[in-house]
Amino acid sequence: MREEIIISGRMNHLIDPQLNIWHWHIPFYLFLGGLAAGILFFAALYTIQGKEEKYPAAVRKAPFITPIILVAGLLALMLDLNNKPYFWRLYTTIRLESPMSWGAWTLMVVTPISFIWCALNIRDIFPSFDWKYRWIKELEGFFIRHKITMAWILLVFSVILGIYTGILFSAFNSRPLWNTSILGPLFLASGLSTGAAYIMLVSKSHAERIMFSKIDLVLIGIELFLIIHMFMGFLASTQVQIDAAAMFLGGPYTAPFWVLVVFLGMMVPAFLEVMELKNIRIPVLIPGLLVIFGGLMFRFIIAYAGQASRWLY
Amino acid sequence: MRYAMAIDTKKCVGCSDCVVACQTENKVPIGYCRDWVVEVTEGTYPMLEMEIRSERCNQCENAPCVRCCPTGASHYSDGGVVLVTPRKCIGCGACIASCPYDARFPHPLGHVDKCTFCSHLITKGMKPACVSVCPTKCMYFGDLDNPRSEVSMVLKNRKWKTLIPEAGTKPHLYFLT
Repeated sequence: MREEIIISGRMNHLIDPQLNIWHWHIPFYLFLGGLAAGILFFAALYTIQGKEEKYPAAVRKAPFITPIILVAGLLALMLDLNNKPYFWRLYTTIRLESPMSWGAWTLMVVTPISFIWCALNIRDIFPSFDWKYRWIKELEGFFIRHKITMAWILLVFSVILGIYTGILFSAFNSRPLWNTSILGPLFLASGLSTGAAYIMLVSKSHAERIMFSKIDLVLIGIELFLIIHMFMGFLASTQVQIDAAAMFLGGPYTAPFWVLVVFLGMMVPAFLEVMELKNIRIPVLIPGLLVIFGGLMFRFIIAYAGQASRWLY
Repeated sequence: MRYAMAIDTKKCVGCSDCVVACQTENKVPIGYCRDWVVEVTEGTYPMLEMEIRSERCNQCENAPCVRCCPTGASHYSDGGVVLVTPRKCIGCGACIASCPYDARFPHPLGHVDKCTFCSHLITKGMKPACVSVCPTKCMYFGDLDNPRSEVSMVLKNRKWKTLIPEAGTKPHLYFLT
């Protein structure tokens, strides 16, 4: 038998008895960041391909939510900081080694573009909208002329945004559950999947819904593959990662993860989407909301479970 | 110059004097500590073995906290000591999550705090508070690059280990076994 205790009574706030430094803000932001990345990725992709008319919801309608959720995510991030007045320090340095620095700068690129993107499409909502000042109209003309360039920048940075939300976790070797490079692609796939689900929800055209239903199906397949791959990797790894996997294979996170994320967030919507493709009418609200709910739960569970996983010495 | 500390687990009695000395010297806020004492008991009575370790930040040579800091607040100082610049720290918690030793904590003022090897003392040629106060003299401090330093000598003559070397952090806290 081996027992290891701290006899000097260490009880540091948010560290002991178990790390609890990141609360709801971080997974909530990672979810919103992933969702925004997913929506903007499809908007940019179909703009580049010139399919704006074929997929109007993806290119024009869905992105209207992205500035709102990006700002909400940034506010959540701000709230999570312990030294809030110093947040601007993020923007006085570029640290290539730090995923958080990457994220801060990526948001600095993506958020303004999401605002511009919506401004260019504002007449979709308010047909008689007028920018009033000449210089704003000239600016609008400038961005319309460079829309494809903007779409390319958005395409690249939305992928970085989606993948970095996972790398933020996977860069920590101290938390064995997070320390897998699968987490980057997995978070990206999940973000794209929630983005496709959101486009499905706001789309009014049947053909577009079917298209995004298919895209979502493929993404759910990729996610399931990556999840299985992740656990195979854990179980074939060192003791600390075997212990990390055990939290999901019989441990405290088994039911929340497999029921809320995998079953309700992936398998049920995938089944409903297959039904839809077989011409059985399914209200789009059900698979769409389930995918989004699953994406949110996935980030919460990974964020909290990761903090519970640690090295033992 | 590479500062390091060696702690004799055979001499340490776990009195926690090092913890109190650190709290006093560094004005650590009440309820927090930068160092702590771990007691490991192994075996079944009467075949018991015990190890007592006074632990703190390992001042890693490959520090994950420095790597993940988005503002450069966590940095390597003279002698490889890892320090936090409070006015650069945004309190994001990345370094806290990245430390396999859980050596960092959020200071009530907002920035992240941890053991500094008493850098304000060692730069004046003095020893860290915990080392100088230890009643059993179980701690050794000095420069690894100087073969005649107290710490180099004791590491040469005794068996030692570091904590979680497999995490690849190259810790500078040695435990004599």
